[in-house]
Amino acid sequence: MSTYDLIFYLFAAITLLSGFVVVTSKNIIYSAFSLLFTFFGVTGIYALLGADFIAVVQLVVYVGGILILLIFGVMLTNKVTNVDLKTGGVNVLPAAIGTGLFAGALTAIMSKNYWRAGNITYEETTIYTLGSKLLLEYSLIFELLAILLLVALVGAAVIARRGRES
Amino acid sequence: MESMSVGLTHFLVLSSLLFSLGIYGILTRKNAVLVLMGVELVLNSANINFIAFSRFGNFGYDGQLMALFVIVLAAAEAAIALAIVLNIYKSFHNVNVDEIDKLKE
Repeated sequence: MSTYDLIFYLFAAITLLSGFVVVTSKNIIYSAFSLLFTFFGVTGIYALLGADFIAVVQLVVYVGGILILLIFGVMLTNKVTNVDLKTGGVNVLPAAIGTGLFAGALTAIMSKNYWRAGNITYEETTIYTLGSKLLLEYSLIFELLAILLLVALVGAAVIARRGRES
Repeated sequence: MESMSVGLTHFLVLSSLLFSLGIYGILTRKNAVLVLMGVELVLNSANINFIAFSRFGNFGYDGQLMALFVIVLAAAEAAIALAIVLNIYKSFHNVNVDEIDKLKE
């Protein structure tokens, strides 16, 4: 077992264990902080796959942006001072059986299938290739995403303010 | 399979398990913010698939770009969804998805 394998299993364990805590913890704050470790684990997986730029983007956008947003959402919609941060689950047993079967089937398909792997190309850094692709081949999608982000920003502000006028 | 060194299959199995965890969270959670966390897990598992196939599938870097687009869409989705959750909290004073069953006050 090489070092690469060990690091993979370490990050996979971090991702899956903290992901399990995210979906099962009774305390919302524990879930939010476990999500932090899940994102870190996934970042490590991206780095292992040679996607250095995506790993950094994952760290900046998910940990620095989305996770903070989610924690704000928790804080603003729960009575923090009255210690009402507990949450229950619905349909736990049927959902556990269903997703367990689903996970088993999906894992079996993924591991039994013969994937024809191509030549693995090693490159020092992916940033140059990604940047030129983004601005040449995918420039339309790039611009559309810019507009989408602007619309989402304005839309979120409008939706969050709506109740205040009445 | 002569040796069990980490390859494409390992990454795909990891993403399948993460996907199932996310689906479980979406199905069982009552709090809307926790349902959103389940959605984030699902999006992350999809991203692992994209990047794993980009690495092992000899498709160049298109898979990594798709993962980048997914991250952007996830950011937009989280912002909009939390705005909606805040609005729901203002109207109903809780965000439990099993109790909110009115479209109008």
